[in-house]
Formats: sequence, C-alpha cells, structure tokens
Amino acid sequence: MPPLKSAVTLAADARHTVTIVLNGAPRTGQAHPRLLLSDFLRHELGAHGTRVGCEHGVCGACTVRIDGVAQRACLTLAVQADGRRIDTVEGLSQSNEGPNQGPNEGRMTALQEAFRRHHALQCGFCTAGILMSLSDYLGRNPKPTEEELRDMLSGHLCRCTGYAGIVRAVMDVTGQTPEPGAMGEAAHV
Amino acid sequence: MKPASFDYLRPATVADALAALAAGGDDARVIAGGQSLMPMLNMRLVQPRLLIDLSRLEELRTLKADSGWLSVGAAVTQTELLSRPTLRDEVPLLASALPWVGHFQTRNRGTVCGSVAHADPSAEAPLCLVATGGEVVLRNVRRRRTVKAADFFLGPLTTVKAADEIVESVRFPLAAAGSGHAFREVSMRHGDFAIAACAATVDGTQASLAVGGVADRPTLRSWPLAGGALPPDLDAALNAFAWDLGGDDDQHATARYRRDLVRRIGRTVLEEALSCRR
Ligand SMILES: Cc1cc2nc3c(=O)[nH]c(=O)nc-3n(C[C@@H](O)[C@H](O)[C@H](O)COP(=O)(O)OP(=O)(O)OC[C@H]3O[C@@H](n4cnc5c(N)ncnc54)[C@H](O)[C@@H]3O)c2cc1C
Ligand code: FES
Ligand code: FES
Repeated sequence: MPPLKSAVTLAADARHTVTIVLNGAPRTGQAHPRLLLSDFLRHELGAHGTRVGCEHGVCGACTVRIDGVAQRACLTLAVQADGRRIDTVEGLSQSNEGPNQGPNEGRMTALQEAFRRHHALQCGFCTAGILMSLSDYLGRNPKPTEEELRDMLSGHLCRCTGYAGIVRAVMDVTGQTPEPGAMGEAAHV
Repeated sequence: MKPASFDYLRPATVADALAALAAGGDDARVIAGGQSLMPMLNMRLVQPRLLIDLSRLEELRTLKADSGWLSVGAAVTQTELLSRPTLRDEVPLLASALPWVGHFQTRNRGTVCGSVAHADPSAEAPLCLVATGGEVVLRNVRRRRTVKAADFFLGPLTTVKAADEIVESVRFPLAAAGSGHAFREVSMRHGDFAIAACAATVDGTQASLAVGGVADRPTLRSWPLAGGALPPDLDAALNAFAWDLGGDDDQHATARYRRDLVRRIGRTVLEEALSCRR
C-alpha cells in the first residue's frame, strides 16, 4: 500500500469525497467513514458487478483487487480506498494486462470463457469474487496444482457448483489437464 | 450488518497515532488489516468512536532479521511475511503455520501483529510466537516495552497490552542450528479457526509442544530429550498436558476430542520435528 504524507481526520457524521481509479477510470463519490467499500461501489458508484453475501469476510462474494491485490471489499472502508486502484469484475473483459493479455477489448477473458465452457457457475453469485481472486492469484502462481487451487478457493463459498467446474476451468486455462478426480469429486474446500 | 459511526483518522506518523490513541481512551481503536476488527464492527460487537488506521504507516512496514531475531512491524501483512524467500530458514515454524491463517484473500490484508494483538486462542501467529519464545514490542506516547510471548496472552482476546499501547512489532527468534520444527492443525475446513493446533520444536536438549485452540491462550510445555530421543514416557506426559489445557465443549468439538488431538497430533509433530532437525 502506498504511504501517505499527511494526516487525515474524517468526521463520523459528514460525507467525505472519495476518489478511486475503478477499472482504469477515475471515479468520485461521497462516503461516511463507516461506509463499506462494497456498498460504495454498488450504491454510490452504481457498479453492481461486485456481490455482497455475508459482510464478515467469510463468503468471498465481495472480493475485489485493491492496488492489484485480491481482498474483501466488505472488510474495507470506502475512505481507506481513497486514492487507490480498485479492479472489479466489470473491468476484466476490457483488461489488456495480467494473465489475459491480448486485444480483448470488450470481450470476455480466457478465464471467463473457460468458466462458461466448464460450467464453473450456475447462479453466478460467487463468480465475480472468484474471478477477481484468480486474476490476482494466477499472476503470482501461474500453474497451481489442484491442491493449491482448492486451498485458494477455500476463501470462496460456492453453493451451486461443488467447485469441480471451477477447478476444471482453471486447469484448462492454465494449460493443465484436469486431474481425473476433479471431474466429479465433491470439493474438500 | 453495517458498522455504527466513528471518526476515522489516518495518521501521518506513529507518534500521531499514539497521541490520538492516548487522547481517545477506551473510545478509540486502531485498525491494521481489519480482518478481525471489520467483522466485529459490521456486527456491532464493538462500537468505537474513533478508528485510527495503522495500515499505511511506512514506519511500521518493517521486516528484518538481525542479531538473532526476525522482527515484523505492525503494517506487515501475513502474505508479505509468507512471501519472504528466507522465511523457511529463519523461522521455519512460521513458514509452516501461516498458510493456515484464514485464506489467500484475508492474508493479503491481515497483519501478523494484528493477529497477536487480537489474541484469539486458536490463532496461528500467537501460537508460533509462544512456541518459538518470541517477544512483543509495545509502544505508547511515552515509552517502549518488550514483553515475552509467554507473558503477553492472558485469555481470549485479552493481553497485557494497555489501551494506550500499540503492538509496534513482534520478534521471533531465528531458528537455532540443529533444531527441528513441525506444525499441524485440525479445523472444520482449511482456513477455519483451529479446533486444535500443535507446534513442535526440538533442539539439542529438549522437545517443546505449543498448543492452540484448546486452552484460553496458546500454551507451551517442554520435556528434556532422553539420549537424543523423545522422552520414553511421552504418552503419559502428553496426556497430562492435554488434561491441564482444560479445553471445553463447543459447537465445533468436545473437550474429549480436543484432548485426543493433543495426544495424537502432539506426538506426531514432536516426531516430525525430531526427524527434520537440521
Ligand atoms: C474468513 C476469515 C477467516 C479467518 N481465519 C483465521 C484463522 O484461521 N486463523 C487466524 O489466526 N486468524 C483468522 N482470521 C483473522 C485474521 O485474518 C486477522 O488478520 C487477524 O486476526 C487480525 O489481524 P488484522 O491485521 O486483520 O487486525 P485488525 O482486524 O485490524 O485488528 C484486530 C484487533 O487487534 C487490534 N490491533 C490490530 N493491530 C494492532 C496493533 N498493531 N497494535 C494494537 N492493537 C492492534 C485492533 O484494534 C483489533 O482489536 C480470519 C479472518 C477472516 C475474515
Ligand atoms: S460479503 Fe464480503 S466476504 Fe462475504
Ligand atoms: S454459482 Fe451459485 S454460488 Fe457459485
């Protein structure tokens, strides 16, 4: 996280200007200190791609990238995000960096395509968070083993897929043949 | 599930943070990674009037090994410590235990010092600190003091840290040549809090076992080696330790199951630590 030069005090009962770089474009809104980043994105900026489930860090639905790093938006205050780069699922399809390099303006990334091909989602509530975690994680660990991948996925609850399709999609997009067990095996995450 | 209101302070220096904390008294709280505090705020289990954000203080982003200690500052995240290439040589127990702290996404934000300050009885970082004989460096506006890990934790979410102090850093002794270390834990799912966590250290003269998740704080016990081997009466010793820890029944496990884990996993990690001495 970048250092800040001067102290900032923000009063509880006032709304404060918060400016973030959302998927590459500067966006400004107002926030009381207690406003969560997840609510700031959805209610103040109208960016509804980020989902909200549990609001205590367990389900992973709200995961976004803050200065590139996958984190819980529901455990972040909007005022803490001031001046930072926030990447959400809406930005993935236009992204020209990271593991999905290429001229894919307006198109889904290879990872998103793989999710579709492998039925890695059903209702889709968990998907935005999982994609944001993966877009950070695969940058750091480009060819995870199934065990490593399932360990990372333990930070996300998916109540539809049993995780098998998600594992298959990631194995596919990282150029690895899914291990036989991944096909129908119940998740141990 | 929204926090009650509070003023938010992003101090420019540690001195500013400490002054605000002293002035704020019991109504002020520091926030580091927020991975324990934000859930408590969202559920309104705590309602501070002032939140003091330590997470962007460059002064606290210190991570260095010197004169026998690995020192971890209050702004260093669990991921940052885990990514230190030399960690497995310096404090092998941390390299084994930290991947068990929550999930990839929470470790990206949660700090090592925040976990120690929070003092959950089943948390891995406090357990490693106690197991290795580490220290906590506390600081308020007037002074700095160092407390041994064994004296720091008093009970669930309770430590000797005064309300006007922050944990400035925690210090782990660098692993001694010829020592061996092992860690295992049992939880409902990977990333959940431990039902029992066991950290073993074996050096030239003694075998030590630290247990988390059973007693109200991480607890350490040591036994002398018998001719380079584990003590012959280890099973009885582990049984006595398991009973002394005095775990309770809760929604995750019975006290009896926890005692069983201490006896069995305790032995396993001690054997592993003995066999991986370097
Ligand atoms: C889904 C989930 C799973 C988790 N699983 C685990 C797990 O398995 N094991 C585990 O150990 N933890 C787990 N945690 C908690 C862990 O992620 C936290 O990071 C850690 O407990 C606290 O560190 P923090 O930096 O986030 O502190 P914060 O949440 O910011 O603060 C926690 C408390 O410590 C105080 N504090 C923080 N830093 C300081 C300081 N430097 N000086 C004085 N006081 C301070 C705060 O005032 C607050 O009272 C989990 C959290 C989540 C959300
Ligand atoms: S809504 Fe943030 S983790 Fe569930
Ligand atoms: S697709 Fe429905 S929760 Fe994952």
